[in-house]
Amino acid sequence: MNGPHDLGGAQGFGPIAPEAGEPRFHDEWERRAFALTLAMGASGAWNLDQARSARESLPPALYLSSSYYQIWFEALERLLQARGLTRQPPGASTPPRVLKAADVPAVLARGGPTERAPTREARFAVGDAVRARMMHPTGHTRLPRYLRGHVGQIEAVRGMHVYPDTHAAGEGEQPCWLYTVRFEAKTLWGADTTAASVHVDCWEPYLDAEPA
Amino acid sequence: MSGNHPHERSLTDLDVRVRALETLLIDQGLVDPAALDLLIETYEHRVGPHNGARVVARAWSDPAYRDWLQQDATAAIASLGFTGRQGEHMVALFNAPGVHHLVVCTLCSCYPWPVLGLPPAWYKSPAYRSRAVIDPRGVLAEFGLTLPDSTEIRVYDSTAELRYLVIPERPQGTQGWSEDQLAAIVNRDAMIGTGVIGPVADSVAESVAGPVA
Repeated sequence: MNGPHDLGGAQGFGPIAPEAGEPRFHDEWERRAFALTLAMGASGAWNLDQARSARESLPPALYLSSSYYQIWFEALERLLQARGLTRQPPGASTPPRVLKAADVPAVLARGGPTERAPTREARFAVGDAVRARMMHPTGHTRLPRYLRGHVGQIEAVRGMHVYPDTHAAGEGEQPCWLYTVRFEAKTLWGADTTAASVHVDCWEPYLDAEPA
Repeated sequence: MSGNHPHERSLTDLDVRVRALETLLIDQGLVDPAALDLLIETYEHRVGPHNGARVVARAWSDPAYRDWLQQDATAAIASLGFTGRQGEHMVALFNAPGVHHLVVCTLCSCYPWPVLGLPPAWYKSPAYRSRAVIDPRGVLAEFGLTLPDSTEIRVYDSTAELRYLVIPERPQGTQGWSEDQLAAIVNRDAMIGTGVIGPVADSVAESVAGPVA
């Protein structure tokens, strides 16, 4: 969706203001919100793409006026409510897994790899010219607005990976080939850029072949 | 929100809401409080940029490791013990004379946790996420870094589950240093690309490595 999270190229957000000696957490609630988000993320009640979708679906004014841990927390509340997990007793038909302390090291070490065994040939090869598709889906997508309609070149073929657009919609992993695509910065921004190139990971459905 | 004196601060709206939700989820049996504490302990105290610094120091010291990192960064980094959540699929970006890399996630906060730990607040801020892809020189200037006009700046936007680690150029004055000594001068910003590792002054180089014969 064209939400407030899709920030590439937006202007007017002011200085970055890095904080010298920044602590990992600024407040106790940040620690707890962080841990609750990870623990419930490991429960299987939703997947990573559904969590991202919940964050970017927050009201735009709330998203842009919140710190990042607040964004996580606001989305966590909504994910839980939508699944009936804040009702007593919990409303979910299948109770989620509970992340136990003893399992934390193994769960973190395993992570959530998204690469899947190839089931078909990749459509593009390194060096191919591709055009990022002009599209404006109302659901979750990982194709930033600033790329849509622009031509780039395949820089690397990264294997087949879980497709976030269907995964977030509850329609399964539907793995697709993933590519790193190199875009000349001037193609994206005209003269108003100080980058030489911008490199973005794009799933195959985000790309069309561009005639040479 | 937060005042200057934590002990004077009253509970904020978020303190109350997060505590209430945590209590509810514990009561529902959906989270294990000991697991929450361990998650916080892990990312507050154990995982951090010191991990990535080991990768960089090894890449600077061992050409075979550097090649491996270029071919299969996930395996090369795992060989040093750094694996897992938010680092499942790693790619190393090598700075070189005239080529500088900068990493951002314009859509959210993707960041290579096993090697750099949790991202700083600025990395997740609209200010950084919006500007890094269009005006990286302006961004770098805010970090006190001005690169020559002739240096090509390549920006990587982490839109998928690949996580990028910048391997900065090894600075002058570090010949003969051990990996431990090299790791000690590598910092987080240089591995994101908002910094570089500057030349080491002769006096420092001598105090670390001993006088050059």
